[in-house]
Amino acid sequence: MACDSSTCQSNCYKRQLVEEEPIASKSGDSNKQSVCVKCKAKEAVSGAGEDGRFCRECFRSNLYGKFKLAVTSNAMITPSDNVLVAFSGGPSSRVVLQFIHEMQQRAQKNFDASKDRSLPVFGVGVTYIDESAYHSVPSCEIDEAIEDIRSIVSNLAPPAKELHIVPIEGVFALDSLDCERERLKTLLDSVSDATGKEDLLLHLRMLTLQKRRSAAFDGVVQDVFTHKYLRLQVASENGYNRLVLGLCTSRIACHVITATVKGQGYSLPADIQYVDARWEVPVVLPLRDCLASELNMFCHLDGLKTLEFSNGPCSGINGLVSSFVKLLQEENPSRECTIVRTAGKLTPFHFNRIPELNDSNVPLATRRRQKRFNLKPNESISSESFCPLCFSPLSKSDLSSLSSFESCQDYDILGAACSSCRFQIFPKDPSSMEHFYSVLPQPLLIRAKKCSNGNRSLLRQFQKDGSNLQPTSNIDNQVLAAANCLPKE
Amino acid sequence: MEEAVTKPTKKGGARLCCICNQSRAALKRPKTLEQICKECFYEVFEEEIHQVIVDNQLFKPGERIAIGASGGKDSTVLACVLSELNRRHNYGLDLFLLSVDEGITGYRDDSLETVKRNEVQYGLPLKIVSYKDLYGWTMDEIVKMIGLKNNCTFCGVFRRQALDRGASLLKVDKVATGHNADDIAETVLLNILRGDIARLSRCTSIVTGEDGPIPRCKPFKYTYEKEIVIYPCSLKCSVVIEKFTYAYFKRLDYFSTECIYSPNAYRGFAREFIKDLERIRPRAILDIIKSGENFRISTSTKMPEQGTCQRCGYISSQKWCKACVLLEGLNRGLPKLGIGRSRGLNNDNKKEKDVTQSNGAKSIESKQCGTLDF
Ligand SMILES: [Zn+2]
Ligand SMILES: [Zn+2]
Ligand SMILES: [Zn+2]
Ligand SMILES: [Zn+2]
Ligand SMILES: [Zn+2]
Repeated sequence: MACDSSTCQSNCYKRQLVEEEPIASKSGDSNKQSVCVKCKAKEAVSGAGEDGRFCRECFRSNLYGKFKLAVTSNAMITPSDNVLVAFSGGPSSRVVLQFIHEMQQRAQKNFDASKDRSLPVFGVGVTYIDESAYHSVPSCEIDEAIEDIRSIVSNLAPPAKELHIVPIEGVFALDSLDCERERLKTLLDSVSDATGKEDLLLHLRMLTLQKRRSAAFDGVVQDVFTHKYLRLQVASENGYNRLVLGLCTSRIACHVITATVKGQGYSLPADIQYVDARWEVPVVLPLRDCLASELNMFCHLDGLKTLEFSNGPCSGINGLVSSFVKLLQEENPSRECTIVRTAGKLTPFHFNRIPELNDSNVPLATRRRQKRFNLKPNESISSESFCPLCFSPLSKSDLSSLSSFESCQDYDILGAACSSCRFQIFPKDPSSMEHFYSVLPQPLLIRAKKCSNGNRSLLRQFQKDGSNLQPTSNIDNQVLAAANCLPKE
Repeated sequence: MEEAVTKPTKKGGARLCCICNQSRAALKRPKTLEQICKECFYEVFEEEIHQVIVDNQLFKPGERIAIGASGGKDSTVLACVLSELNRRHNYGLDLFLLSVDEGITGYRDDSLETVKRNEVQYGLPLKIVSYKDLYGWTMDEIVKMIGLKNNCTFCGVFRRQALDRGASLLKVDKVATGHNADDIAETVLLNILRGDIARLSRCTSIVTGEDGPIPRCKPFKYTYEKEIVIYPCSLKCSVVIEKFTYAYFKRLDYFSTECIYSPNAYRGFAREFIKDLERIRPRAILDIIKSGENFRISTSTKMPEQGTCQRCGYISSQKWCKACVLLEGLNRGLPKLGIGRSRGLNNDNKKEKDVTQSNGAKSIESKQCGTLDF
């Protein structure tokens, strides 16, 4: 099949093109009136399913099946969990919310029917990050959207789901909303690269979704911010232990290409697995095997309301990549799958699994199932150093550049950032570093400080072990030569 | 938007070269967007390549090196730069030009003329190996026999071997090819798009085929195509200058070095994408290569065992090498032999996949069959 397209021996791709053509046309008009390939009874709905040959019911159960398989085989959700669904209003997060709800309903039914009521029903919360401060959406539009979200979530009951609406600028935890908005604007304005700005916003979003309480924060700045950060604790403060994102195959395919283009080949496998437990609240991607077109179709068939914002398209590298992937997908409907499958063959990290449950509250069967499906530790890379800004794992060569940074200024903790952040997010002029540092949100700095300490001790350990920290190629010099954006001291 | 802002160094006056700070800047260096003067451009261009050669120990003193010469811009500039660096830094190399004549009427003639001019200009001995001599068939004859549908299988397999066979006739230790940074970045992307993890893990190596008959290296691995295009404007490559700049602006150069038999809409997307990326962020090309180098690919992706072809002695994981299978088909009047799912001569062996992989091992890393800058 095309999804498994083998390559032409001569590397010329001609054969591949020849092979792919018939498949491309199959999903087109030729099969419009056909019968569902699965139940062989009902009429197929065009566009439903990867090859557009399912009927409505089979399409639905197939899509739910992919979701369910991802959830169970990666132990994403267990009965004792409390999961938070990040809801953006788009089709992907709408479908994931729907599926999580259906799963919860079934669990509730089983619970009600069972005699001993030993298996609890997992809890579900929903969060919406309000980014109107950045996207400058008219406030009436936002109010309307939030009203819609409230009704979507309240209609998904029982069981009831708590809804948390959090403004993105809240991540700064300042005294007033106006201050926070002002700070967000200052921070984003200090990033000149359009792609860097988008990516920074993405990092802030993840930070907002995660818990921001930490030991240092508690001790040092707590009294100033107490009233604020209580509002901010989206995930863990509310007792959530899973964060569910609606990232689908198509979005992941784009991420694979953007990360490659930004030189993040090393950390890429961390972002595209079913589970990413490097965060305090592990992130899970149950729609990893579903295409955007399928999710759109699902919302259409099921009449699920989705929200459209006039955010404008991505610009810069991210925008370029998504139109490139779109073009490729049009040329071959299995291209996005292939891209994700290729990247899926890269070695993941040790945190790309749900941490082992040793809690005696967790039923034995659950623990056993988790063991069966989880990665074996030797298949993954053990990495303990992270970029303080984007929190991606650092390669040895990234880490080696750290040794050139003297720790004499506060902002030097950012010195251990990955080369991508240094290029596209850091100010070009080294003298602006101090200002840039001063406008970063506290939770990010706290994490950065932790990262920095961890990285330095890891570096010391490497140096003591005498392991080779020199870049294995001269690519870093090449990249550095091209970048000239580093604070040189 | 993302372009580095270059500040005028003098109020109102002309910009000075940001490397030497003396001459007037004459161009914006494509790789870094620095404003530099002509002299500094040649200096950094050549010395970067020298540094790559030294850092990666591409050559040893006394080695015989064949430069895969297609007559295209990459290999012509490579011949020019390598002979210059060999002289300047006393590499102690014996350099040769090696060309392949596929026997495609009216298409190779120009590029072979260029190669012959290079021979005179740089004083490098030239060897031209032809398909007719090596295989008894010209490409024209093959196309006549099998039609246009599968001929690119022949292009690729035959050219790969032709270069190796020519290299062994010249008794060289290594073949240097003109693959540039754009080519390698493109190959990384294409291997992701095709799901070819085995090639993805190899395609950024600067030296390939060390287990094969003759290793290949890519001194231009970090060299931008745009800079290769500007380079011939120096006096050093005077003969080819006009032809190149002319060809470039006429947009003939790139397209004319494609196999006339090869349609390639697919590859076009990736090439176009890289050009778009470079426009908004020149460093993206190096970043893609960096990603390719840093991809974590577990070593359990094993290569098939390598043996030698029972017929011609060329490296092969099968009884017969791909070229011999294809040739046998041609000679027996069964040209479909060895194309696609390899039924027939190697039928007893496992899968076509192995053939692909073994050939890929010392392949020119997916440089398109039709591109003559091998
Ligand atoms: Zn059906
Ligand atoms: Zn980073
Ligand atoms: Zn200069
Ligand atoms: Zn061809
Ligand atoms: Zn052979």
